[in-house]
Amino acid sequence: MDTTDLIPEPPIDLRTGGNAPTAPSHDRPAIFEVDGLDVFYGDFHAVQDVTLDIARNEITAFIGPSGCGKSTVLRCFNRMNDLIPTARVEGSVRYHGLDLYGPDVDPVQVRRHVGMVFQRPNPFPKSIYDNVAFGPKIAKYDGDMDALVEASLTKAALWDEVKDKLRDSAYTLSGGQQQRLCIARAIATSPDVLLMDEPASALDPIATLRIEELMYELKEEYSIIIVTHNMQQASRVSDRTAFFNIEVTDGGQRTGRLVEFSETATLFTRPQHPQTEDYITGRFG
Amino acid sequence: MTTADGHPASRPDADIVDALRGRGLGVGALVFEGALLVALLSALSILLVLLADVVSGALPTFRTRGIGFVLSGLSLSPDTAGVLTGIAGSVTIAAIVVALAFPVGVAAALYLEEYAEEGWGTTLVDTTVRNLAGVPSIVYGLLGLAVFVPLVDRIGLGGVSHGRNVIAAGITMAVLVLPIVIITSAEAIRAVPQTIREAGFGVGATRWEVIRHHVLPSALPGILTGTVLTLARALGETAPLLVIGVATGYFAPPANVGVLERLTGPYTALPVIVFSWSRQTRPEFLETLAPAAIVVLLGVLFTLNGAAVWLRNRHDRRW
Ligand SMILES: Nc1ncnc2c1ncn2[C@@H]1O[C@H](COP(=O)(O)OP(=O)(O)OP(=O)(O)O)[C@@H](O)[C@H]1O
Ligand SMILES: [Mg+2]
Repeated sequence: MDTTDLIPEPPIDLRTGGNAPTAPSHDRPAIFEVDGLDVFYGDFHAVQDVTLDIARNEITAFIGPSGCGKSTVLRCFNRMNDLIPTARVEGSVRYHGLDLYGPDVDPVQVRRHVGMVFQRPNPFPKSIYDNVAFGPKIAKYDGDMDALVEASLTKAALWDEVKDKLRDSAYTLSGGQQQRLCIARAIATSPDVLLMDEPASALDPIATLRIEELMYELKEEYSIIIVTHNMQQASRVSDRTAFFNIEVTDGGQRTGRLVEFSETATLFTRPQHPQTEDYITGRFG
Repeated sequence: MTTADGHPASRPDADIVDALRGRGLGVGALVFEGALLVALLSALSILLVLLADVVSGALPTFRTRGIGFVLSGLSLSPDTAGVLTGIAGSVTIAAIVVALAFPVGVAAALYLEEYAEEGWGTTLVDTTVRNLAGVPSIVYGLLGLAVFVPLVDRIGLGGVSHGRNVIAAGITMAVLVLPIVIITSAEAIRAVPQTIREAGFGVGATRWEVIRHHVLPSALPGILTGTVLTLARALGETAPLLVIGVATGYFAPPANVGVLERLTGPYTALPVIVFSWSRQTRPEFLETLAPAAIVVLLGVLFTLNGAAVWLRNRHDRRW
């Protein structure tokens, strides 16, 4: 089953009650344009001055040491940081040319177009079936829900393991199975962009390969950003890679910075920045 | 110290094994544990003595009257007096409390936890609610007398009692338990993991959809348990009812009248029956009937607490 016949692609209009939809402009290669992005948690300057473009129908990988702000930047793309009361975002993030943080943008609409797989598996305390069906249901999906659930679970390489217990609680699944369930849940709504925060951290090599294959399939239609600690994975699947690092400022604060962003092949074979080289060759810290 | 083949000698291993075996509790820990046990046992024994006293007082009544004691109404004669009128009053009050305090309390808790921005305003409301939960119940009785009795009379539900009826009592009790319903509901809502909300928002749900489909179902067992327990509190309260004019003596329930007349007429409640019987001049009321009424009241309360435990276990969440 192809993804195209699951949900007709909605016109991209993220504005609250906006009646002049901005058509996705196909001459613009970047789906996200990030310019001078700063993120704060209260007084803590978590990420400083990030500028990068995310290309359409490509897989972009974020790598870097723990705590450098990969998840923080990722959560800016679907306004997930709005849910953290202390979080503050400065700078601009444009999605299809529209300012994501503009006053008339509805974050709920943003998240219907920009799906997310979280760093820690977080299934709903409901049945496996309901976990996958929830997103389409609230998006008023009127096709064959059973087929959609099966297709999503198959893509996430979980169908064979759960097809006989779709009504069981998602909490009966193992950690890796829960992670794949969360992937199935995210693709069930056919988002335009998929944000994946270490989607394979709890998976065995076989399931990991299956997820990487899925990402290859998906990038025909979607754009994907993936955070990973696995250098091989980044070099295997991604088209471009962004390396973030922690910089200790004069005041002793640790803040995240984008060090290098280029095509994956280039970044891993001819890194421009010594920090990048140290990190990818394991001479970090 | 190394053995012939170069491995360290077994000395450190023996240390670890010794440490794992443990040496039991020290004297201090034993004394402490003993003191805790004594405290627990003395509290329990006082309760048991009380309970035994009440039950032994109640036994003659149940032996001679059987279920008839529960099924007969007020009477001036100890041989025919029963608690049915009190049960009817208490059940009606409980129904009004559930109908009013549950929806209002859960809605208020949802607003506080899910919608209100953090700030001094929210903190102020939160603190006020907590303080209200600690206000003595007699104060709520005065509030009921000053506000709800005239209000009930004004809207035409006063009846022959001019508002001193079970409706005003139910409203007063609802207001009395409302802060507790809000606090327990808010705690149940706060206990829902943030990751579940994130998951809901992550697939494009609105705030209301996240609350409706994920937060509320997850918090419901806790909310229900809290509500049932507050209901037990409302059923046991006596003081506010005395203030707002519950009947403490004999009254003949009007026969052959409609529901409205029953609701707006004189009424009494289980704990109030215990109170008035213990002040009767005929000793049988104090010595055998009041204990029997207490047993009925305790039976109702234990059943409610059992229901709370059952609700909690049945919906035990698996995260
Ligand atoms: N909700 C929050 N409140 C306050 N500080 C936060 C919050 N979330 C993250 N931080 C801080 O922001 C910094 C970046 O965190 P982030 O989660 O983005 O790192 P990361 O690169 O994803 O790390 P990891 O690889 O371990 O997942 C860290 O110093 C972290 O402590
Ligand atoms: Mg992270």
